[in-house]
Amino acid sequence: MTVSAVARPAATKLALRHRLAERGVDRTLLLILPGALAVLALFCYPFLYGLQLSFQPTKGGFLGAYRAFFSDPFARKSIWSTFSLAIPASLINVGASVPISYRMRREFRGKRLLLAVLVVPITLGTVLTAEGILEFYGPAGWFNRTLHWLGLADSPVHLTMNYTGVLLSLIISGFPFSYLLTHSYLSGIHPSLEKAAATLGAGWWQRFRYVTFPLLLPGLMTTFCLSFVMAFAVFPSALMVGDPDGKTHVISIEVYQAALERFDYVQGCADAMIMTALMLAVLAALTGLRARLYSGATGGKG
Amino acid sequence: MRKASQLGELRLSGVSRAYGGHLALHPLDLTIRGGEFVALLGPSGCGKTTALNCLAGLLPLTSGEITMDGRRVDTLAPEKRGFGMVFQNYALFPHLTVRANVAFGLKMRRVSKAETRRRVDDVLDLVRLREHAHKHPGQLSGGQQQRVSIARAIVMEPPLVLMDEPLSNLDAALRLSMRSEIRRIHQEFGLTTIYVTHDQEEALSLADRLVVLHAGQVSQIGTPAELYEHPADAHVAAFMGYRNLLTLDLTAVEAAEAVAEGRGLKVRGTVVGGVRPRPGDTATVAIRPEDLRVAEGDEQPIAEATAEIVEYHGRVLHVEAVTAHGDRLHLRSAGTVRPGDALRVAVDAERALVFTDADTAALDDAPTAGGVS
Repeated sequence: MTVSAVARPAATKLALRHRLAERGVDRTLLLILPGALAVLALFCYPFLYGLQLSFQPTKGGFLGAYRAFFSDPFARKSIWSTFSLAIPASLINVGASVPISYRMRREFRGKRLLLAVLVVPITLGTVLTAEGILEFYGPAGWFNRTLHWLGLADSPVHLTMNYTGVLLSLIISGFPFSYLLTHSYLSGIHPSLEKAAATLGAGWWQRFRYVTFPLLLPGLMTTFCLSFVMAFAVFPSALMVGDPDGKTHVISIEVYQAALERFDYVQGCADAMIMTALMLAVLAALTGLRARLYSGATGGKG
Repeated sequence: MRKASQLGELRLSGVSRAYGGHLALHPLDLTIRGGEFVALLGPSGCGKTTALNCLAGLLPLTSGEITMDGRRVDTLAPEKRGFGMVFQNYALFPHLTVRANVAFGLKMRRVSKAETRRRVDDVLDLVRLREHAHKHPGQLSGGQQQRVSIARAIVMEPPLVLMDEPLSNLDAALRLSMRSEIRRIHQEFGLTTIYVTHDQEEALSLADRLVVLHAGQVSQIGTPAELYEHPADAHVAAFMGYRNLLTLDLTAVEAAEAVAEGRGLKVRGTVVGGVRPRPGDTATVAIRPEDLRVAEGDEQPIAEATAEIVEYHGRVLHVEAVTAHGDRLHLRSAGTVRPGDALRVAVDAERALVFTDADTAALDDAPTAGGVS
């Protein structure tokens, strides 16, 4: 009697968890609720508020602010400026990560030091990096002084206050992320696959081209996406080491000027929405492309 | 279809490999004739995989050279050697289909499309995987993946195939059937095969010749029968099913026989090895469980022991008995034995091998796995 009385509640309790699990409900996931609420309050609400605000300009009707953006050649050109910075920067970051992480898979003397040098810029922050670039690469900086001293340049090379300065800053702060991601994707590929390819007659380029690269490509595309998103939202360095009124008048500066210099909140919101839409379009295209690639296990057992 | 081997002779002379100060493989001399199936046998860490990787070119040699029909190959990169290799974890390319995996080597060598198709089909027929050609490795079972990796290694018709414990990831039943499959493929394709394993049963049943390695050094090279009947030292004996290894002191040495005593044991056995032992030497006595039996009538027993574990194995019982001094003896019994029974254990003198090698003190790291039954 007592035994069955004790056993029964335990059985129903187990059954509840079991029933939930069978429907794919994991109660532990309720722990993300506070986080989800914070995201709703601090991201989703402002975003939706900005979205509806962007459709209420003082003149020009429902889409007036969007029309204003695209009819102003200077504003329109900021799209091109942003892409011309974000895409080369991401390509360089991802492209440089591949050979470096390829070498870093082996053990060698000084590996930890090299790793530290590669990753430290993460801790610097964009403003500090921009300051450094101004000092180092500026017209009177060490870089130009060294060039002058070596007799390689008569007049200072202009690396700051223009496109090159911003690109440099994007590479310095973006590369560590690309490298760390690429490195972890690459270490997920079992070394025996390349050894197998070698015994089958593949030289180093063929091993990379036919084995490592196809297995790495989905990871590289994810890395490119993240690097691109970071570079697309470039703001401090575009302002500090760039040419914010010309070549590096990127879209985030356009947003900033509209909202906080001209105090046209509606225009600022509309510009931000355009920026978001462009970013999402690129991400959607890359994700779509990635879904068509092989994306299974990359271990040795296949 | 039985093809002739493409290899005349592969000669390893003084091949060795060191990691830092540690010599993982002591200078190894070995000559392999075309068509031979050679197994490198030894416990883990004995240098067998190091030797295989040196052959494949995946590890540079520390010293020595490898020649194939007089042509030096150890200086070539792995992709230039043209050996087929089967990896322990198969190392199939997960993003390629079975067909593309098998065709990979032919593609690297720019073999024409039609020729590639014909050869891949032939090899897939040989490993009985033609109907799975369009699948990816992830969709195959372990045994099928294994056969793909063999097909991929042999499609090039390599002069030498290297196999690194290819069956160790398979379950027992599959291991048995793949074993005969490997032997069949070896014969039908006229391959020369070097096979690394730690499983003596696998090595004995597959190979024409065995190389037993211990701590990076060769213990013995010979045919399965030679090794099984006449192990050269206690390490080889341990691998060949001599599960009872007793370290005792010699008290008497006659012509070919010696008497070893200690801890309540007294064994008359056959002396093995060129060095003549003297009374007082320490020796290892090796006896197979199937040669150790319960003494009959007035027969002189080697020890008295208490049966501890009795396993039923059909016609015979496997008995593990403990002597008063704690030595464990493994024996077979056709009659009934129950745990706790006091047993008088006997062995024929020609079935007990007495080894007096200096290095048998290091027998602790020899395998204690079951014998060949």
